[in-house]
Amino acid sequence: MSSRETPVSTARQHTPIMRGPMGAMFGTPPAKSKDFKGSLKRLLSELGAERKTLATVMVLISTSVILGAFGPKILGRATNYVFYGFLGKRMSPGISKSEAINRLQSQGQDRLAAMIGKSSVIPGVGINFEAVSKLLLLAIVLYLFSSLFMWVQGYLMAGVTQRTVYRLRRLAEEKIGRLPLRYFDTQSRGDLLSRVTNDIDNISNSLQQGLSQILNSILTVASVLAMMIWISPVLAIVSLIAIPLSAFFSVRIGKRSQREFIAQWDWTGKLNGHVEEMHTGHSLIKVFGRRDRAISEFSSLNERLYESSFRAQFISGLIQPTTLLISNLIYVAIAVLGGYRVATGAMTLGDVQAFIQYSRQFGMPLAQIAGLINTVQSGAASAERLFQLLDAQEEEPDLANSITVNRARGDIVFKDVFFKYNPDQPLIEDFSLKVSAGQTVAIVGPTGAGKTTIVNLLMRFYEIDKGSITLDGTDIRELSRDNLRKQFGMVLQDTWLFTGTMSENIAFGEIDPDAQSVARAAKAANIDHFLRSLPGGYGSMLTDDNSTVSAGERQLITIARAFFADPAILILDEATSSVDTRTEVLVQEAMSKLRAGRTSFVIAHRLSTIRGADSILVMENGHLVEQGNHIDLMARKGRYFELYASQFSQALN
Amino acid sequence: MQLKIDRINLVLREQISGVRVIRAFVRTPYEELKFSQASGELMDTTLKVTRTFAIMFPSLMLILNLSSVAVIWFGGKLVDTGQMPIGNLTAFLAYIMQILSSVMMAVMMSLMIPRAAASADRIKEVLMIQTSVVESLTPSAPAERNGRVEFVGVGFRYPGAEQSVLSNISFVAEPGKITAFVGSTGSGKSTLLNLIPRFIDVTSGSVLLDGLDVREQALEDLWQQIGWVPQRAFLFGGTVAENLRFGALDATEDALWEALDVAQAKDFVMELPEKLNSPVSQGGANFSGGQKQRLSIARAIVRNPHIYLLDDSFSALDFATDVKLRSALFHRSKSATVFVVAQRVSTVLQADQIIVLEQGEVVGSGTHHELMANCKTYKEIVLSQLSPEEAA
Repeated sequence: MSSRETPVSTARQHTPIMRGPMGAMFGTPPAKSKDFKGSLKRLLSELGAERKTLATVMVLISTSVILGAFGPKILGRATNYVFYGFLGKRMSPGISKSEAINRLQSQGQDRLAAMIGKSSVIPGVGINFEAVSKLLLLAIVLYLFSSLFMWVQGYLMAGVTQRTVYRLRRLAEEKIGRLPLRYFDTQSRGDLLSRVTNDIDNISNSLQQGLSQILNSILTVASVLAMMIWISPVLAIVSLIAIPLSAFFSVRIGKRSQREFIAQWDWTGKLNGHVEEMHTGHSLIKVFGRRDRAISEFSSLNERLYESSFRAQFISGLIQPTTLLISNLIYVAIAVLGGYRVATGAMTLGDVQAFIQYSRQFGMPLAQIAGLINTVQSGAASAERLFQLLDAQEEEPDLANSITVNRARGDIVFKDVFFKYNPDQPLIEDFSLKVSAGQTVAIVGPTGAGKTTIVNLLMRFYEIDKGSITLDGTDIRELSRDNLRKQFGMVLQDTWLFTGTMSENIAFGEIDPDAQSVARAAKAANIDHFLRSLPGGYGSMLTDDNSTVSAGERQLITIARAFFADPAILILDEATSSVDTRTEVLVQEAMSKLRAGRTSFVIAHRLSTIRGADSILVMENGHLVEQGNHIDLMARKGRYFELYASQFSQALN
Repeated sequence: MQLKIDRINLVLREQISGVRVIRAFVRTPYEELKFSQASGELMDTTLKVTRTFAIMFPSLMLILNLSSVAVIWFGGKLVDTGQMPIGNLTAFLAYIMQILSSVMMAVMMSLMIPRAAASADRIKEVLMIQTSVVESLTPSAPAERNGRVEFVGVGFRYPGAEQSVLSNISFVAEPGKITAFVGSTGSGKSTLLNLIPRFIDVTSGSVLLDGLDVREQALEDLWQQIGWVPQRAFLFGGTVAENLRFGALDATEDALWEALDVAQAKDFVMELPEKLNSPVSQGGANFSGGQKQRLSIARAIVRNPHIYLLDDSFSALDFATDVKLRSALFHRSKSATVFVVAQRVSTVLQADQIIVLEQGEVVGSGTHHELMANCKTYKEIVLSQLSPEEAA
């Protein structure tokens, strides 16, 4: 049954409404894919590697469904034996069947006579339990195998699905490794994360439920229909009337309710938006005296939502009773018609019974298919989102014959560099800068001025448009990215630490790092003492919300990381004052120790660093506006001068 | 299984947020290794679970089918001995089919119950939270409103916390004067400001506004006195004008422009295609951080409050704008009581009264020059940002 929830779905946070056949039909608005067929095809082609298993699964499903379909027919046969035995017992023993028929005809019971004429009743003989038991044994065997095959198919299918999903996940992960930084900077990170997690989960669900269930349902409908026609074409036609009839009513009601569901989602969206806004701005609402208005706005939105939800649920709730009524009416029709035909001997009792069982089995898979289509659709939509990610443009591969540098000296030259993020917004034009090994370059400017652009270009997170950047005389594009980046150490303001031990964080990915080197790096970064004071020492776990490690200490750990990597060139983002004073002193000390003897690019916030720098780059709105050393720039009385002076203006008076 | 999914999400989130650092340190292969481990574990667990579930449906079918068989066998016996009419046999089979579909439904529903229960618990949790700030039932109003704020031995401690956030804080902020707070993160500066509009209540001592404990005043009345500019500038969806009128519905257009002028926001609003009627998206996402901050300051100015609470409100502005804005604002709000929390020392140099906080206690108060002379903590903070000659 499609409603069998695999627990995978618990991971999806946005499925508040049941996802069974009914739920899928009327729950969340199905995510529509732009190219349903294409995405589905491609998703199915991802299953190619599992071709053999899939074929086995299909054979198993078919066999299982067909075996199961024979069950009622066999049970019907058994019922016939019971029935005939029941009749035979009520006739005098010793007479022949034709004598019995004659006797009935003379009593005027023509119909009964006709029926018995076509049956295998032996007057005076009761139920042939031997024949019944043989039939029932057969039924048991059929049912056992049917279930066994179904289970094996489920088992295999789980493997197919999970292996495919695993493969997709790995593809996505490898893709992330090859995406250019531009992708991360321009796309929402939440969206990227959701493509790799939620969407893959959703694909997993629809593969697991969709594929085998659809096959199962279609085969069940087909085989049940075949059995029905075999037993009685007339009754089959009667019961088929139910399909257009139910479809007609379902569609009529469904259309009506769809309107209300759209309204419901609309109001839900508006209400959520309101709540989110009021929640974030809660204190403002209070202080600015807007509480009452916020509450009344909420109430009116809530009222609208209630009304549309009520109508939507009520109207869609009518579908089930309507189709149930239709199927019950059909049931009565079959019983009456079947009863008549049994009485005239045109059908056996067992066949009618089997037929009724079939007609009951008929409706369920039909309803399921409707629901499954939604599951598959939403799976295809997720697949499309995933494929978009997999198809995104990748970083240019490194040159095949790239040069390898062991350890750079640290001479860096920017020559006539042009760069822009957007084609129509030139940012850096004709920029040249010569940095000798060991020098310090400070980059200043207000927040959001694009101070990281220079870093992006240096480390080839982005590629320059024109000009060249050389490291020790070699164009950095001739080095492999990995080789180039190994020359750099980076300490950023948002101290990126990952979940793991302190020493793992310092060694950052070095498998089995030398404990002494880690300790040496920690000592140099003034964090050794702190780490030792932790209950677990260097092995203490660092977690996302680790309150025992302050912002300043985090910064020190990233400095230790740079010491450990021991690069030729440094990129430092100075901490703002979000650090307490004592740690601040430690951080600054560690940073200047780290700078010693290395070429450094410092994103500066402090005048002391700026003034000592060999070269200062002033950025504004993404543009490089001035460049020079402190004395030159002060003399020029430009933006730098203004920036510098503003910190000491006596504006308050 | 949820744990494994969380693990994957964690690894991924770290990878995406740390992409620069990972690439800078050339650690992509290591991260891929971590990911594939987590992913493999998830696959194994999911496989185990789904395979266990795979047996459910076939066995349910088997049970019901076997009971049909049993009905015919035992029913046949009963029919044979005349204890049951033959029609019941067919009826029984029909009932079994009905049970089948109901059992399926029940199984489906039972899978939903734990989730519904978890949701119900979460809702209950929210509903059970007690409001910590309760409005006085018999509020009183001070005789005169001028915005004088006094802290008398104020302490604040979160329920169940070992240490107080603030302890024994006393000072007076006079109308027309600027009171600034400095101190490192976690020293309690923002907490202190939050006590004035009663976002939280003191746990000892009292905060007086116009000579009366804020807890005795009507909340709406109290808030009416305050122009608050939060640390994170937040705008509401609507238009610029709607946002500016947020606390003063009947403000004239001239008043709005005047406030924008003071907040150094006039220029960029003038440049907007529809000026005051330009749309603001939710949260103010269509404005830059600095623009949001300036609009949020203008919003407070439009109210013409007695008290300004400026909680690190200049952080996203460049130095030059910061200076212009401050001088315009302090000029305009000459009779108001102004509170400033700032990270940048330069922002507070000219305050009438600087209060230095460390670990929730006042370790110094006075003007810049007084503090440079006699407050070690202040000196440390200043020297960490400015060179000695700049600080003098």
